[in-house]
Amino acid sequence: MQELITRAKELLANGTVARVLGWKIGDMPYNPEPAFFETVESLDKFVYNGFCGANLSKYMIEASKLEGKTLVCLKPCDSYSFNQLLTEHRVDRDKAYIIGVGCKGKLDIERIKKTGIKGVIAIGGAEMTDACDTLAIDTIYGEKSCSYNDGMLERCHVCKGKEHKIYDELIGESRDTCDKERFAEVERIEAMSPAEKFEFFKAELSKCIRCNACRNVCPACSCRKCVFDSTKFDSAQKANVDSFEEKMFHIIRAFHVAGRCTDCGECSRVCPQGIPLHLFNRKFIKDINEIYGEYVAGAEAGSRAPLVSFTTEDAEPSIVNERGSK
Amino acid sequence: MYKIAKENLASLFALINETKELYLPVEVAGQTNFAAYTAEANVDLDTLKTVKSPKDVFFPQSENLYTCNKEDNKLKITPEKLVDAPFVVFGMKACDIKGIEVLDRVFLSDPVDSFYAARRANGIIVGLACHEPEESCFCKVFGVDCTEPAADVATWMIEGELYWKALTEKGEALTESVKALLTETCESKVEAEKSAVKAIVEKLPYSNLSLEGWNGNVLTEKFNDALWNELYKPCLACGTCTFVCPTCQCYDIKDYNTGNGVQRYRCWDSCMYSDFTMMAHGNNRNSQMQRFRQRFMHKLVYFPANNDGMYSCVGCGRCVDKCPASLNIVKVIKAFSEKGDK
Amino acid sequence: MSNHEHQHGEHECTCFPGFKHDTLIPMVGIITDIREETPDVKTFRVNAPEGGKLFEHMPGQCAMLCVPGVSEGMFSITSSPTNKEYQEFSIKRCGMLTEMLHSLEVGSEITVRGPYGNNFPVDTVLKGKDLVFIAGGIGLAPLRSVINYVIDNRADYGKVDIIYGSRSADDLVQLKEIQEVWMNTPGINVHLTIDREQEGWNGHVGFVPTFVKELGESSQVEFGINTISLICGPPIMIKFVLGALGDMGVSKTQIYTTLELRMKCGVGKCGRCNIGSKYVCKDGPVFRFDEVDELPPEF
Repeated sequence: MQELITRAKELLANGTVARVLGWKIGDMPYNPEPAFFETVESLDKFVYNGFCGANLSKYMIEASKLEGKTLVCLKPCDSYSFNQLLTEHRVDRDKAYIIGVGCKGKLDIERIKKTGIKGVIAIGGAEMTDACDTLAIDTIYGEKSCSYNDGMLERCHVCKGKEHKIYDELIGESRDTCDKERFAEVERIEAMSPAEKFEFFKAELSKCIRCNACRNVCPACSCRKCVFDSTKFDSAQKANVDSFEEKMFHIIRAFHVAGRCTDCGECSRVCPQGIPLHLFNRKFIKDINEIYGEYVAGAEAGSRAPLVSFTTEDAEPSIVNERGSK
Repeated sequence: MYKIAKENLASLFALINETKELYLPVEVAGQTNFAAYTAEANVDLDTLKTVKSPKDVFFPQSENLYTCNKEDNKLKITPEKLVDAPFVVFGMKACDIKGIEVLDRVFLSDPVDSFYAARRANGIIVGLACHEPEESCFCKVFGVDCTEPAADVATWMIEGELYWKALTEKGEALTESVKALLTETCESKVEAEKSAVKAIVEKLPYSNLSLEGWNGNVLTEKFNDALWNELYKPCLACGTCTFVCPTCQCYDIKDYNTGNGVQRYRCWDSCMYSDFTMMAHGNNRNSQMQRFRQRFMHKLVYFPANNDGMYSCVGCGRCVDKCPASLNIVKVIKAFSEKGDK
Repeated sequence: MSNHEHQHGEHECTCFPGFKHDTLIPMVGIITDIREETPDVKTFRVNAPEGGKLFEHMPGQCAMLCVPGVSEGMFSITSSPTNKEYQEFSIKRCGMLTEMLHSLEVGSEITVRGPYGNNFPVDTVLKGKDLVFIAGGIGLAPLRSVINYVIDNRADYGKVDIIYGSRSADDLVQLKEIQEVWMNTPGINVHLTIDREQEGWNGHVGFVPTFVKELGESSQVEFGINTISLICGPPIMIKFVLGALGDMGVSKTQIYTTLELRMKCGVGKCGRCNIGSKYVCKDGPVFRFDEVDELPPEF
């Protein structure tokens, strides 16, 4: 992290960048917040550790409108989102100075707490210099520990890899965190009967409070005006008045980001009700891969996604029947 | 003072539910929120904080107000029936009960909101004292004693037993109706529990958060502070903080077209949303900074100005736990204090 | 139980026990007259379905009008409470709801709830005072309620001046009443102006703020210590009128206006119109200008 701060200070001082987009130290060991740093001194509050899960790519939409370059810290998975935003002309490459930061898997305090840990005061073992195998947690109720992997976000267990897909320079090492099959959960649901599937999603989606955090954090949800914010039609944007609305919101959103979602997992990270929203998107990714051939959104800026590039070999609509209830 | 063994609570809930609707913390798909009791419900009294505060028992996220139909080409308005049967909310924490006190100031002030008032009149609150407060809790700052929920009945969970004490007439009546399941006991264990938990509260990192600088005539000074321009920046403009908050009370009024009429309903709204103040000829708070500032100014300055200094925050810490960008009211208060110190 | 009894029972209703008529529940109103004032302003007369007024109000108060299934909006009541037969609303076509209202015909039903908000202090501060009404365009609507109230209680007030301007002669609202009633009431002087020269217009030409200054400086209108000014119009007009009045030494404590913001509930609870510690729908819409100055600049 020190190397990162030193480099950021240097680039800010020599005028290469006008500001730094990173994370500011929080008031709890686990709550650093995304932040813009405009002065060298303010960078003393810069932090980068296991709790810096927020994907900063989306903040670059606004930063692209500002004067001068913004230094942005992107983790390997964030770089896919940045590329996708480039493809969609929502960010300006010339306005970004990308430092690809190493990643040893990002932690989720809720997962740590799910292991029964309460009253967290300090957490050791989450720094980039740490081995990241065990977290030593000091709590009001005594010393506790938790394996690093147990505290990791779901997305890190199915990590896309240590490689940054776009960057100006790289700082820091990464760790292999992938220990689960990416589509296993999707396959488990595909194997359910329609009634079981319905029950599963009903239980999950009934928790939705329509806070729109999933949409607002999503780098693929970058429309200037969301259709769900329109006052012109009866979308019951904020009401969970009818379970149909909740399902429709998430399903429509999944369709809107299909083929563009990089599976960054931010939707599931921010959901206050712990709804595994990424499953919708991952299902679409799996289907696209199966029907149109492997495609990774954001792997390369400017690539044409299967859903927006027609070929004569494309699947016919009848594929729906051939695949059955899958 | 009475007590009941934890394993007998299922019978207690069933007994209450025989005559009254019962709302209590229920786990669904890994998350605990207040919900109506059913025999199959996975009741969870161990989770300290439900994701949403239980305010929706009194002020539902969505509720119908009336329906408007055309009959013989004449408009007919049918108001929604008000709640008219007693119901019980079991397991509310002291901070959330204080939250209801804040909502009372809004909905029970003239003109009284009859939908809310009917629920308040019929609701019997059984409070549950906190056993293991968390680091994000700061109810002490707002004068809440988490060991002494100001409910109709206060309860404490101690070593597998629930201690039960009626505090109001409504509470006495409820106690009477379930007495068969309760055994009389002395208060000594409860007193010991209270002092133990109070000692923990003292150690919580936010317990000594200072509100200095927020009371008094500070509206213009705070409103114009340049700090807001920095603080709001990570805000995603979602409604998480407002929807999990026990005191946020803003709502929207909307129509649902039923096909043969219109159902008028209200639903929670968020001052964080861009369309909150949108009108035909523009928006008077058109930047996220303004909307962000509105939320905190309302809680810490505007609301107290209208309500004898009562803040519209009870220190439940849900925003601390849930904000996707790790922003929250504590960080805002601290940022202003730090600035003052310089 | 009929709808009628719901509306008029003194807040209590026997439909089901404990029912109190909530202020969020509207009444059915019937449009009994529509006057086309200007190309984009119509004045709607509203009655209870069985005749008579829906409610009593005071000058400056508003009501929520709703075309069921379309939308609902807050409008100031333009008729005076001294009118015992009906309420009137002058509405400019500027959005979905007003468009819909403009398409209605006599006999159409709408829903109405209110009255909401405070009122101009006609029975206290304004009593015995000289009054200057300054309005631009549709801004005359809320002031008209006060003007007619003053006319009907003429002895209670001093000299009255009405300064009213619009884009063109065709955009002057309530012109018939202005010419036939106001101009013929003793002690009332009406000063009309339009923004640009127009064929057939012999009156004053120029913007309202400049006109106010001219009238004041030539002593055609006196802004003395016993004068209260009531202003309503587009924000830009209000801004410059305030400047002009300030230049002439008028204190902000002698000026009243009425604010408009997005409102939903009308009773100071839903949070839309909250500015500082005020709720425009409940603590306003009428504010004295020194009070407006104390509010954060968010309107």
